[in-house]
Amino acid sequence: MAVAKQIPHVPPEKQILMSVNGDEAVAYAVKQSLVDVVAAYPITPQTIIVERFSEFVANGEVHTEFIAVESEHSAMSACVGAAAAGARAFTATAANGLALMWEILYIAASLRLPIVLAVVNRALSAPINIHCDHSDAMGMRDSGWVQLFVENSQEAYDTTIQAFKIAEDPRVLLPVAVNLDGFFLSHTLEDVRMLPDEVVHEFLGGYRKVYKTYVDYLGKEVELKLDPANPLSFGPLDLYDYYFEHKMHQVEAMKHVPEVVKEVNEKWYELSGRRYGDGILVPYQTEDADVIVTVLGSTAGTVRYVVKKLREKGYKVGMVRIRLFRPFPFDEIREVLKGAKVIGVMDRAISFGSYGPSFLEINTALYDLKEKPLLVNYIYGLGGRDAPPDLIEKMFMELLEIAKTGEVKEKIRFLGVRE
Amino acid sequence: MASSPKEPRGWKELPLAALPYKLSLEYKTGDWRALRPVIDHNKCTKCFTCWIYCPEMAVIWDGEKMNINYDYCKGCGICAHECPVKAITMVPETSE
Repeated sequence: MAVAKQIPHVPPEKQILMSVNGDEAVAYAVKQSLVDVVAAYPITPQTIIVERFSEFVANGEVHTEFIAVESEHSAMSACVGAAAAGARAFTATAANGLALMWEILYIAASLRLPIVLAVVNRALSAPINIHCDHSDAMGMRDSGWVQLFVENSQEAYDTTIQAFKIAEDPRVLLPVAVNLDGFFLSHTLEDVRMLPDEVVHEFLGGYRKVYKTYVDYLGKEVELKLDPANPLSFGPLDLYDYYFEHKMHQVEAMKHVPEVVKEVNEKWYELSGRRYGDGILVPYQTEDADVIVTVLGSTAGTVRYVVKKLREKGYKVGMVRIRLFRPFPFDEIREVLKGAKVIGVMDRAISFGSYGPSFLEINTALYDLKEKPLLVNYIYGLGGRDAPPDLIEKMFMELLEIAKTGEVKEKIRFLGVRE
Repeated sequence: MASSPKEPRGWKELPLAALPYKLSLEYKTGDWRALRPVIDHNKCTKCFTCWIYCPEMAVIWDGEKMNINYDYCKGCGICAHECPVKAITMVPETSE
C-alpha cells in the first residue's frame, strides 16, 4: 500500500530495547499510554505491574492518579467511576482477584467503559495455586469484555497499548482484557522493544477522547460521561421494558471488534514492524496440514517449535494461536481449520461437566461445514503444569494416528496428568 | 434525531450505555403500587407529617389540603403509618 504514513515507521534500531519480564512490559506500556487513573490491588503474579507503575507515579514520571484500593472489587469499581468520568483507566489482576471483580466486570462492559485490564493468568483456588492456567480468564468470558491472549512479553507490551486503541474506538467502546500467562511471561526476562513515548501518544491520539451521544432531554449531543454541566445517569434501574434492548447494543458492539483489532494490528505493524497474524488468529503451517492444533497464550511458542520439528520429519502438521477469544472469531477459524482431517484443541482450563472453553467454540465454528474435521480436546497445564515439547509431540502423534484411523476414542484427553 | 421515535423504542433508537433518554420525571412509577393511600379530609389536621415522611415527595400541598400524587406514589404506606390522627387508609388497588 502506497498510502502516505502520518506517523513514521520506527525501525527496530530506533526502538528502545529493554530486558524486562512480562509484567514490566505491561507496566511500561501503561506508562506510555497517558492513563489518567490506575486503581489496583496486588495479587501474584500480577503484582509487578502495579508495583512498577506505582514507582512511575512516585517518581513523577506519569500524570496518573494511582488509587491503592482495598480489594479487586474496589479496583474495578474505581476504574468504572473513573472511566465514567471520562478518564482513561487501567487495572491488573489475576485468579481470585479477577473472580472478586466479577460483578463489576459486567457493569464496566454494559456501561461501555473502555477500561483496560491486564489479566496475568493464574489458576483459581482451591487448593491455592499461584501458577498459570486460563480458568480465571474463562470465568469472565461472558461478561462482555474483549479478551486478547498474548504469546510473549513483546506482545504483552504491544497489545496493552493496542488495547486502549481498540477499547476507545467509537465502533467498539468496550473494556478490553489483555491476558498474559502467569510466570511463563510475567516473571520471565525477555528482550522487549518499546516505541518512543511520543510515538505511542500519537498512536493513541493523545488523551482519551470521550464518545459523544445525543441526549433527548438535553436536546444536544454530549460527551458520554459524568459531567454536572450535562447531567447523565449511568446504570439506573432498567426492567423488562428496556433491559433486553440495551443488551442488543453489546451484541452489536462485539460485531465490530474483529475489524478494529485487525486495523489496529496493521497500524501497529506500520509503526513498529510487528504484527500478530491478522490480529485475531496467528496460524503457522496450516495450509496443507492434516493435523492442526489450536492454542491460547504462551504455549503457542512450544507448539510452534514442535510443528517445525515434525515438519522437518515430513509430518503434515500445523497450529493456530487464537489471539482474540472474545468475540470468538468463528468465521476466521473455520477458514483456517476446514481443510484439516483432525483438530486438537488445547485448553488450559476446563468447564467441569463439560469440555474446555475453546473446544466448545471450535465445535460451534465447524458445525456448518459439510465435511467436518475430527476434534479432540486436550486439557493441559492446569495449575501451571508444564507442557514441554515431548508432551506436545505425544499429542501430535496421537492426532496423526487418529488422522490415519479416522477414529476418535476419547473426545477429551488430559495431557500431562498422572493417573 | 429530527423526529421523535415511536414508543416504546427499539434498540436502534436508544442511546448507548443504557443511558436513560428521558428524565426520571417522565417515568411514572405509580403503577408499581399495590396499596393506595386515601386521605380522609375530615380527619386530616394538615400537620404535614405525611408530607415530611413521603420518600417519593408524592404528598402535595395545594394550599388548602393534602393530596397524593398517584403518578409517583409507590404505595409504601409510610404516610398512613406515621399519620398521628389515622386519617390515611391504605386501600388495595384492586378495589374501587
